[in-house]
Amino acid sequence: MKIAFSTEGESLESLLDTRFGRCPRFLVWNFETNSFTLVDNSQNLQATQGAGIQSAQNVINTGAEALVTGHCGPKAFKVLQAAGIPIYVAESLPIRELIDSFEKGTLLQLKEADVEGHW
Amino acid sequence: MKIAIASGKGGTGKTSLAVALLHANAERARLLDCDVEEPNCHLFLSHTVIGHKAVELLIPQVNPNLCKLCGKCVEACQFNAIAIAGNQVMIFNELCHSCGGCARICPHGAIQEFPVKIGELSQSRCKNEAELLTGTLEIGHASAPAVIKAAKKALPLQDVPFTLIDSPPGTACTFVAAVEDSDFVFLVTEATPFGLNDLKLAVEALLNMELPFAIIVNRIQSETNLITDYANQQGFPIWLQIPEDRHIAETYARGGNLLDVKPELKKVLRELLDRCQP
Amino acid sequence: MKINKPKELVVISGKGGTGKTSITAALAQCFSTKVLADCDVDAADLHLLMKVKSYKEYPFIAGHIAQINEEKCQNCGLCATLCRFDAITQTDNLYKISKQSCEGCKVCVDACPNKAIEWIESQTGVWKETYTEQGLMFHARLFPGAENSGKLVSHVREKAKQYAVSNQIPLILVDGPPGIGCPVIASVTGASAVLIVTEPTPSGHHDLERILTLTKHFRIPAYVIINKADLSDEFCTRIQETSEQFNSIIVGKIPYSPLFTEAQLLGKSILEVFPESNESKTIKSITNVMSHKMELQISRND
Repeated sequence: MKIAFSTEGESLESLLDTRFGRCPRFLVWNFETNSFTLVDNSQNLQATQGAGIQSAQNVINTGAEALVTGHCGPKAFKVLQAAGIPIYVAESLPIRELIDSFEKGTLLQLKEADVEGHW
Repeated sequence: MKIAIASGKGGTGKTSLAVALLHANAERARLLDCDVEEPNCHLFLSHTVIGHKAVELLIPQVNPNLCKLCGKCVEACQFNAIAIAGNQVMIFNELCHSCGGCARICPHGAIQEFPVKIGELSQSRCKNEAELLTGTLEIGHASAPAVIKAAKKALPLQDVPFTLIDSPPGTACTFVAAVEDSDFVFLVTEATPFGLNDLKLAVEALLNMELPFAIIVNRIQSETNLITDYANQQGFPIWLQIPEDRHIAETYARGGNLLDVKPELKKVLRELLDRCQP
Repeated sequence: MKINKPKELVVISGKGGTGKTSITAALAQCFSTKVLADCDVDAADLHLLMKVKSYKEYPFIAGHIAQINEEKCQNCGLCATLCRFDAITQTDNLYKISKQSCEGCKVCVDACPNKAIEWIESQTGVWKETYTEQGLMFHARLFPGAENSGKLVSHVREKAKQYAVSNQIPLILVDGPPGIGCPVIASVTGASAVLIVTEPTPSGHHDLERILTLTKHFRIPAYVIINKADLSDEFCTRIQETSEQFNSIIVGKIPYSPLFTEAQLLGKSILEVFPESNESKTIKSITNVMSHKMELQISRND
């Protein structure tokens, strides 16, 4: 199973970026191989609108089965929900710690968008 | 002829002036409220609404029977309004700019466009018989310029010589949509450093668009020549100067207008429109 | 203690001309350490009330627009037929794209049979880092006719936040944009508190209701200042009622006063020019209330 984390960094020590739509990249952790890949999301830093939707599309394209981020707006939530990808929210902590929390099942799952969308 | 009333900064008395101009020229003018995010003219005019019309944009819809989920539409959309999730294409109407790119690019002919409401025009007759047309953008939609353009294209109740356009504040795309193709622009400012700074931005925009304009200075307080000095230096005309007056502010707070306090301005406000004729 | 998340106080107003910027400048005078951000990217005015020492300016790039390469263009006119924004016109047998009207949809770029339309980056404004006697200020300017999507606003806030974190400054004071549209949403999301400057007029009250609806949506604590409060008792009462409905407190009432304009004409805040006036005292008391509400651990200039 693979899970995606929004981040500004490039390693497991990097902090979670609590922004979803405008985070520069995703770290995708693979539980089978215990390794990760980095997926660029920087085109959305430039987007004038719809950054959340395209970030969601990027997460879907990585094949991740879950997403860990800080906040999620209504449009991105809708896209991820349609793709069957659950969203977990956390504070800006090192990704290594968050992988542990995910395995222990202590991360909070988002049942609806928690920030207002803007366009 | 079309005369836009604009200002670089909000709160300079632009709406107030537009309403007073309409009162002073009731039999020969109509007013379009193109400040579609916050249309406020109707608050200051007793009027009866006589008609509504939806403003629509063509928005794409996907026929799932023809769609092969190839993703070409997602790639083509520059406004990030389309995503493919699970086995469906999701289109977010409120982000769509109605460019038609997705429908054009779809190799399977699976995308068709249909009209969707993004705002409304309401047509009113004021107590003074003049016509008020108000454009309102639905909250959450991105296409304010489309509503402004629709308001400007709406046919008048009866043909009158002057169409007054209350423009949105600032100099962004909504301002451009409201003032472009006007015959003349009144730039309303106040005699303060903020007023001057914002006036310069609006002037720059109008010079770029090659539109003729005149400056109207509002709320002149104490002995300041801030705006007059700038206008004289640059050779821009000032057509009207209104002093700071607590009575005007109080009247406005009651929903009244400039002419209630200064009926003598009526003649001047009629002349203002005559002077716009080339 | 290390500051990871500075507090952010955003001053907004709905309608323009309520005195938002003058009040922000006065508040800035009251807080000893802060970063300033002017998010009115259409018409930034806060710097006019600050002593500016120097500034740095950077381009702001947002998206792309289309541009016709005249050498490759065969004048077929397909682009003009396809453009839904009336951005492409023919004059003297040459097709041209209006920078102002092009919305950057790329339809013409993809469709041109001669590949004569280029897709170029579009600079829609500048952002600035300005050193003032009140500390560092971030502000920006959108070019005329550009789309104010809120992106430049987010950019200014982000820069201010980065600076606050790296210099361990506990407060960011933001002068917000007017209106209730996208730029305003971009200026308030995730803020610690919002201070709404309104006035007792029909439009002031009308816009206050829309703004409070917005802040309630975002679950941001909102506080209200009534400026020019003595203009209308009736609308003051209405503002009071509306604020109560939304559980917002009125933290100060300032009378209709010529002192703000007089101070502005000198390029200063009211606190510098008329420190002993009632208006200045009210602003100091607002600062105290806000510091308490936001649990700010910094000293104030009394």
